[in-house]
Amino acid sequence: MSNPSRFLRIEDVGMSFPTKKGDFVALRNVHLDVARGEFIALIGHSGCGKSTLLNLVAGLTTPTSGVLLLEDRELRGPGPDRAVVFQNHSLLPWMTCLENVLLAVERVFGATEKKAQLKERALAALNLVGLSHAKDKRPGEISGGMKQRVGIARALAMEPKMLLMDEPFGALDALTRAKLQDELMRIVAATGSTVMMVTHDVDEAVLLSDRIVMLTNGPAATIGEVHKVPLPPVREAFRPRLEMAHNADYLASREAVLEFLYHKQAHVEKEAA
Amino acid sequence: MNASTLTLSGGPVPASPTPPAAAATHPSVARAANPAPVAATAPDVKQKEQAAALARAQRRRTLARWLAPLLGFLGLLLVWQLVSHTGDKQLPGPVVVWASAVELFADPFYVKGPNDQGIGWNILSSLQRVGLGFGLAALVGIPLGFMIGRFNFLNQMLDPIISLLRPVSPLAWLPIGLMVFKAANPAAIWTIFICSIWPMVINTAVGVRQVPQDYLNVARVLNLSEWTVMRKILFPAVLPYMLTGVRLAVGTAWLVIVAAEMLTGGQGIGFWLWDEWNNLNVAHILIAIFVIGAVGLALEWLLISIARRFDYS
Repeated sequence: MSNPSRFLRIEDVGMSFPTKKGDFVALRNVHLDVARGEFIALIGHSGCGKSTLLNLVAGLTTPTSGVLLLEDRELRGPGPDRAVVFQNHSLLPWMTCLENVLLAVERVFGATEKKAQLKERALAALNLVGLSHAKDKRPGEISGGMKQRVGIARALAMEPKMLLMDEPFGALDALTRAKLQDELMRIVAATGSTVMMVTHDVDEAVLLSDRIVMLTNGPAATIGEVHKVPLPPVREAFRPRLEMAHNADYLASREAVLEFLYHKQAHVEKEAA
Repeated sequence: MNASTLTLSGGPVPASPTPPAAAATHPSVARAANPAPVAATAPDVKQKEQAAALARAQRRRTLARWLAPLLGFLGLLLVWQLVSHTGDKQLPGPVVVWASAVELFADPFYVKGPNDQGIGWNILSSLQRVGLGFGLAALVGIPLGFMIGRFNFLNQMLDPIISLLRPVSPLAWLPIGLMVFKAANPAAIWTIFICSIWPMVINTAVGVRQVPQDYLNVARVLNLSEWTVMRKILFPAVLPYMLTGVRLAVGTAWLVIVAAEMLTGGQGIGFWLWDEWNNLNVAHILIAIFVIGAVGLALEWLLISIARRFDYS
């Protein structure tokens, strides 16, 4: 049996992209072990390679060095065991919400289950994100927040081993974002998913995750610090944001992340130019 | 996703602009203009004034929409009439042409031997040639466009050839067609095929390359088979581009068929026009010009209305 605390292993991973001026090193020496059921937040300034790291886990890109293992098996290319929720929802505009979810369900369960069962799964996933009523609507007919929820439903319906989220709420307004964060907490509690989420929102990282992985500034970014949030995991206890506003552990975590981002790694703006 | 100008690597592909959507007269606006039977209190009067103003604005818009084109046509008729009265008066005026058209369209489907048939038959046989040539071009061009868009190697292989052949006048291909098929009709269809294949290949290929990376990432994350990607993602995403190609191709085909038929003879609106020139029947030539324009316009409208149904943006 594999070690449960080493569900996903990222071992000495480096990533560089060839450019006209030679190789651009985006990531170097990344080591990270993720346990089953853990909620990991990846945070860092723009261009620090946090999305690159997520894409490596998703298999959308292959690392130039090092290795990624999921349940002791090397990750080679993308697969439905790692569902991705993209920042811009990536729903297909010519399909209804239900059809978008069904596309994923059919891929994963189409070989073993009947049509009715597949539809049931898709409907259950839409129900989980509270969108049963919009199942026959096209993405163009619903709001940004609803689209993102369909994206989450599509990912969840695949019953993936890992849920990978690339700034899933980044394009939403603050109120919708808060609502969807609450919803995500509820979903994680219900499904026990292992989640890796890229975010640039300190509060989002602290509110949702068990560990916050902070990346140093690019180029050649790596993991600077890993902060363990000293709160009960979201899958066990909902974290009400109003209570968190004066929870000492929450505030301490928040300060630790802010300290890293704006003190230790503060010079990013000058370098980015 | 209204792709009006697309390029593969060379020059732009011209696309005629979509006519503005007709703003339907809203029935409630018209009704609101009717005076209400109730006693007029102050806010009532104000409301009525607003409704009346709205109705006036609506009437003005409707008037402008119908009046302007009408004035245009009247102007054309006037210039035409004036021109027909100058010089050696070879050009028949609108009244003469109208009378001739009425006579011609009274019996559009007569047959008096192979070279003397009604204008209806001529239009239909031109449309048939366009349909055949264009249909074959779609059968070859659209899949080819898909493959060129999907596989870069194929693109690099065929792009120089397409760039070289695309600017060639379709009529230059007519002798090749005559040589190969040894008959006028297949040669004309061949010419239509050649001229309508390029816009479809190019627009389909561009469409495939314009498919948002997000959609393809979804396909990759789901590990969809190439066939499912084709059916569920590529085809619907490319459809608007493809239809632009189809529209351009039909437009070109209709332009070319007239010229091709003038050269090949037989039957068809182009042949008919040339035949009337040999008969020195200028009124019929003018009628043919109007008919060609009207049919071309109808084809364009048909395809635009199809394209609109597949616009998801």
